[in-house]
Formats: sequence, C-alpha cells, structure tokens
Amino acid sequence: MGYLIDYLKQDVRFEESLKACMNCGMCTAVCPAAEFYEYDPRRICDAVQRGDDDTLERLLKEDTIWYCGQCMSCKTRCPRGNVPGELISVLRRASQELGYFHQSEKGEQQKQLMKTLQGNILEIGYCVYPDRVDPDYHPEQGPVWQWYHRNIAAVAPKLGANYHGQGAGALRDIPQEDLDEVRRIFEVTGGMELKKKVCDE
Amino acid sequence: MSRYWNEYQKAIADDHYFYERSCIRQTFFPGSEAAFLKILREELGKDICDNPHQHTCTGIGYHSDVVPFETTMTVVARLFSLMKECGHKNYVPSCVTSFGVFTEVMAKWKENPALKEQARQYLWEACKREFEVPENVAHPSDIIYKFRFDLKPKMRFQLVNRFTGKPLRVVEHIGCHYAKIFPEQGVGNAEFPYVLAGMIEAWGGEVIDYPERRHCCGFGFRQYLVQENRGYSIANTKKKFESMEPYEPDFILTNCPGCSMFLDKWQYTIAEMEHKTFDQHGYGIPVLTYEELTGLLLGYDPWSLGLQLHQVQVERLLDKIGIAYNPREKYTGVDGKMLGMPSKPECLMV
Repeated sequence: MGYLIDYLKQDVRFEESLKACMNCGMCTAVCPAAEFYEYDPRRICDAVQRGDDDTLERLLKEDTIWYCGQCMSCKTRCPRGNVPGELISVLRRASQELGYFHQSEKGEQQKQLMKTLQGNILEIGYCVYPDRVDPDYHPEQGPVWQWYHRNIAAVAPKLGANYHGQGAGALRDIPQEDLDEVRRIFEVTGGMELKKKVCDE
Repeated sequence: MSRYWNEYQKAIADDHYFYERSCIRQTFFPGSEAAFLKILREELGKDICDNPHQHTCTGIGYHSDVVPFETTMTVVARLFSLMKECGHKNYVPSCVTSFGVFTEVMAKWKENPALKEQARQYLWEACKREFEVPENVAHPSDIIYKFRFDLKPKMRFQLVNRFTGKPLRVVEHIGCHYAKIFPEQGVGNAEFPYVLAGMIEAWGGEVIDYPERRHCCGFGFRQYLVQENRGYSIANTKKKFESMEPYEPDFILTNCPGCSMFLDKWQYTIAEMEHKTFDQHGYGIPVLTYEELTGLLLGYDPWSLGLQLHQVQVERLLDKIGIAYNPREKYTGVDGKMLGMPSKPECLMV
C-alpha cells in the first residue's frame, strides 16, 4: 500500500465503489465501453485493489480511465456490489487534482469539457442550452436541428417554452441572484478549485 | 406471483409535486415538459410547482468529471431548499440523469449522515439556506405510469394500427440511470423494466422485448460531448438499432431526454454515413418521449407537442394511430407564419 491508494481513499465515494473485487469480469462483459475501446474495468478494479503506487500512477496517466461512459451497467451486475463506474470517477478526479491527466490524449480533453460545462453552468445555470448547441459543431444533429436553431425564437413559444424569458418555464433565463448562489456553491465546495487545476496548469 | 412482483414496485407520491426541469429535455423537447405539466394539472387535477429559481442539477458535468461530488450534492441541497420553500415534499426531476444524481446523493447521505451534515454546512456557508430531504422522489414517467388507467378513459386514441386493427409494436428504452444505479428506485427494477411497458400495454400496444433492450443509448457523457469521441456514442446506439430492427417496431418509446435525442438523431447520421435505415421503407423508426405519446393519445396537437423537432418524421406513425394533423402548420411559428422548411437529408427519407 502506498501514497496514491491513501489519496484515493480520501474521496467519499471510494469505499462504496470498491468493496472487494473477485475478478469475475461481469463488469467487463456488460460494459459498452469495453465493446468499443481496449478497455477492461475488471483490470482497473484489480489494479486499484492491489494498491501499488507505480501501477496506480501509470493508470492515472493513461487513456484507459477516460474510456468509461458512466452508464453504470456494471453497478447493476456486480455480484459483490462494487461500482467500477464510480471507481473510475474517483480515479479521474485524482488524475485531475494531481495533474496526471495531461499525460494522456483522452485526459487532456478535460480542459475543453471543463471550460464548456462549468462555463455553461456558471454563466447560464444549465449544462446544455439550445443556443450553445451550434449546428456547425454538431452536424450529427441534422437539418431539423439547424431549422430549429435558426427559428427558435418563433417556435419555442408555440411549444409552451419561455425562451430567454423571465419567470417560470422551459428555457427561461435564470435570475442573476440564483446564478450567484450556484457560483458561491462552486467556490465553497471545491468546484472552482478543480477548474483552476485543470485549466491553469 | 404478485408477492414477487411487489419487490419490483416503488412508492410514487399521489399529489403535490415539485418539478425540476431538465437541461436536455427543455433543449431538445420543450413541448414534452409543457405537456407533462398540462397533463398533471388539467387531466389529473394535480398540484405541481414549477419554481423559476431552479437550475441545473450539474448531472452532465458530474458524470463528465468536471464537477466534484461535494459541489453536486450541495447544488442538489439548494434545489431541495427551493422545494422546502414551496412547501412541497415530493421531488420530480424531469431528467433520468438528474433522477440518478438525486437518488445517489440521497443514498450517500443515508449511508453517511456526516456527509449530509457537510452538505448543510456548505449550503449555509454559500447561500444561507436550509433544506429537507424529499419524502418521495419520482421520475415524471413514474407518475404517468401510476395514473395510466386514470388517463386511459380521457384518451381519444389507442395504440392500435387502424389499418390492420392490431396493436402497435413498440420497443422501449428506460435509460441507464433510471434503474441501473439503484434498481429499487425504478418500476420493474433494471431487470423487468415496466415504467414505459406499463403505459404501452395499458393503452393498447404490444411491447417488444428485443435482445439489447437494456443496452445504453450510447450517450457516455464525455464520449458524446467531445467531438473526437463520438464514435463510441453512435456505435453503441447502432447496436441497439440492429437488435430491434428484425422485430419491425412501429416506434421507440423513451424515458430519458438524452436517449430520445440520440435514438432520433443517430438514425439520421447512420443513414447519411452508411445509407442504412432500420425500417423497411427508408424513413427510420420514429422516437417518442412518454409525454409526447401521452399527449398524442389525449388528442393534443402534434405540432404543439414539438414533434416537428424530430429528425425521424412521425407522420406515418400518426396515420397508423389515426391522429389528424395539419401539414401546413408543421413549420410555422407561434404567430402562424411559415418559417421555411428544414433541408432534406440525402439518404434518410422525410
């Protein structure tokens, strides 16, 4: 046992995510990421369970931990009640906090995700908003999305939405006082600090 | 049998709900959220609060690992404090990702009361607010499921093919975070998904149990949000389409707004990339949210429900059910003015 396993154990989710893995491989069998990538959650559970510093450091610097899609199919199927998908989230957080994520191509993508998603949450109070799903960057959305994106101000009210309006309803603007409180939560609970670590290094 | 089935049921509150809007549902299916509130208030006479001070639960950020758990649980605590202010105790998140986040946070607080105290301290320090844990958390589909037989007599249409007189064949997808994280929180559990199937059967349709029914829609959070990773997303969705194709479903019914969007839009992308559709006629398989389906059967106008926002066109399905619609109103704005047509895909027929 070493420094890194102790570091991982500080995450409140660690204990529930890995109780005792018996290496049956059920998680890998059901995993959508394992079908698409060279990815094996069973091996990750095994590596963390061993707790060896060198192995863990290598893991935190590799693409592997960024392959999971967080569907949590593994949670339902694990006969020991482990949650490999949650363990991945613990590893990803450590990789970002310790600066290891820079050393993998997939890990480096966190910079872009951090700017986009935290930007959306703190600026407008939503993770996703139609104005920010630009058809040029989302060709897979197809021509109907292009049409809606172009005509949303005229179409949204027909669907009962309150697009950029005040008060209740879908797509309303969230009042500044509420955005200020959300920002304050990010400051107090470490959300801002994580962003700084990922984006400023 | 009923004794065993009881293990797959969940408690769903009767009335007095606090509604939390979904980032994804209001972005892609705003008509569904409006329809849900209308159904509850006008068809079922229920009390549901739509608080203007609500905001994201951070779920997409949390599962993309850009928001720490402590931040997410405190944002959740703020949303619970809004519910408390409204005098409600029954929380209804419109999104399956949110539903998973709320059930996860509440489970962690139950396992570790010190964590709940930490959330109280964080929320007080940040916002000078206090919260109470809801007595009941139900996804909106749980509520429609609970009252499916109350809604049935009000419905103008059934899930019956009017040309053949046979039940429409429906595949459903409940979304991973509805029941895979905490199976006991989903109607029918993760093994026997019944929240949508119960609606389909009650309203005259036939549920098709296809092999990859429980497979992920392919969202994968960072696997879709980062453009370079989208191969993961479309490959997993394609696996579902290939699995359901031999059963020739009339439509796909979905629980989660993200799943609804991917199952609709990836059909277009696959058609353009590989000249492949998963129906016999080249139009694709229509995808409906449960709110859209309920609204349609109640007789709501398809274009007020937002069905014109679907890339896979729904008219052939509406014709089968016998729902009348005005094609000239499809692409108009709120003032009735024509807004032009979306361009036609090269391969997917529209």
